Amino acid sequence: MGATRTGLIWGALATALCAPLLAAGFSPLLQYRQPIYIIAGFAGIAGLALLLLQPILAGNYLPDISAKRARKIHKIIGIALVLMVLAHVIGLWITSPPDVIDALLFRSPTPFSIWGVTAMWAVFATAILAALRRKLRIRLHSWRYAHMMLAVIIVIGTVVHALMIDGTMEFYTKIALCALVVVATAIRAKQLFFKS
Amino acid sequence: MRSNIITRRAILTAGSAALTVGVSGLIVPAKAQGLAPTPTMRGGSNNYRPNAPIVERIGGGGFTMTGTVRRASDGMPLAGQRIQIWAHTTEGHERDERSHGATLTDENGVFTMDMPQIVPAFGQAHGHLASENEGFETVFLRPLLDSPDQKSLTADFVLVTV
Repeated sequence: MGATRTGLIWGALATALCAPLLAAGFSPLLQYRQPIYIIAGFAGIAGLALLLLQPILAGNYLPDISAKRARKIHKIIGIALVLMVLAHVIGLWITSPPDVIDALLFRSPTPFSIWGVTAMWAVFATAILAALRRKLRIRLHSWRYAHMMLAVIIVIGTVVHALMIDGTMEFYTKIALCALVVVATAIRAKQLFFKS
Repeated sequence: MRSNIITRRAILTAGSAALTVGVSGLIVPAKAQGLAPTPTMRGGSNNYRPNAPIVERIGGGGFTMTGTVRRASDGMPLAGQRIQIWAHTTEGHERDERSHGATLTDENGVFTMDMPQIVPAFGQAHGHLASENEGFETVFLRPLLDSPDQKSLTADFVLVTV
């Protein structure tokens, strides 16, 4: 693969990950928010951006990275994803406890909460399953199936959650990032389960 | 055979449904003067502060929250009813004391509060109102703005006597 093409792929990925965060940094809503609320919001955006990396790393679609290295980074990003979810939920809890309690108990008036909370539990379940995979001696096929099912729940839950929210994310970068996450996940799922 | 059963069931269902509608149709006009009470909305009481003071306006103002308060039994406008209002605005978070204020309804049961511009928070641009009055059940509302550019919001209460 040519150096130019490699550079372009990495550049495009960096843009896809950074543009939404950068655009949200210019949101007029930030001026009315306390630091902890701002951090919670950006943890959510960063989590969505990290979701894009996961199927790309799992499928090892990036140039000049060994399969082993891609797996390792996939694991590290997975841990980072759990931390982003925790920062998002804890930050929002500190900002407004009753709103987060309502969301966690699935009784929130906001229609996007149920999607976000479902995705949160799927992220936690994925982390627990990944940690216990060796101990429980889960077979590769079962592991892949369970992990992919959880990944699909996480992606759909997070994307719907993000799209329904009127928040700091800029409209077009949000749509583009969500679309990329869905497409990347679909490509990886197709590769895994519909090998031709 | 199968179609016979479905037909009989359909007739029975339709018949009983018609009977229910017919009977309730006869009952409803008898209390037509009453109004349906306003139910408390989900999340309406979030970040409520009991006994928020009565104020002329909340902060610098610029956004108008209005509405009416009426009695469920006969629809009569209620004067002197205390309505507390709070929201995430350009001047503060929902939890901040300065974001809360109360006002009283006039002789026509109308209340108006001048408050800072409501901005989207927790994913939706919304306001909170509480009707906290002796003799009536407390009701919490959480109306949404159609657009964050909106400069006013209306919320009406129909209260039930305790």
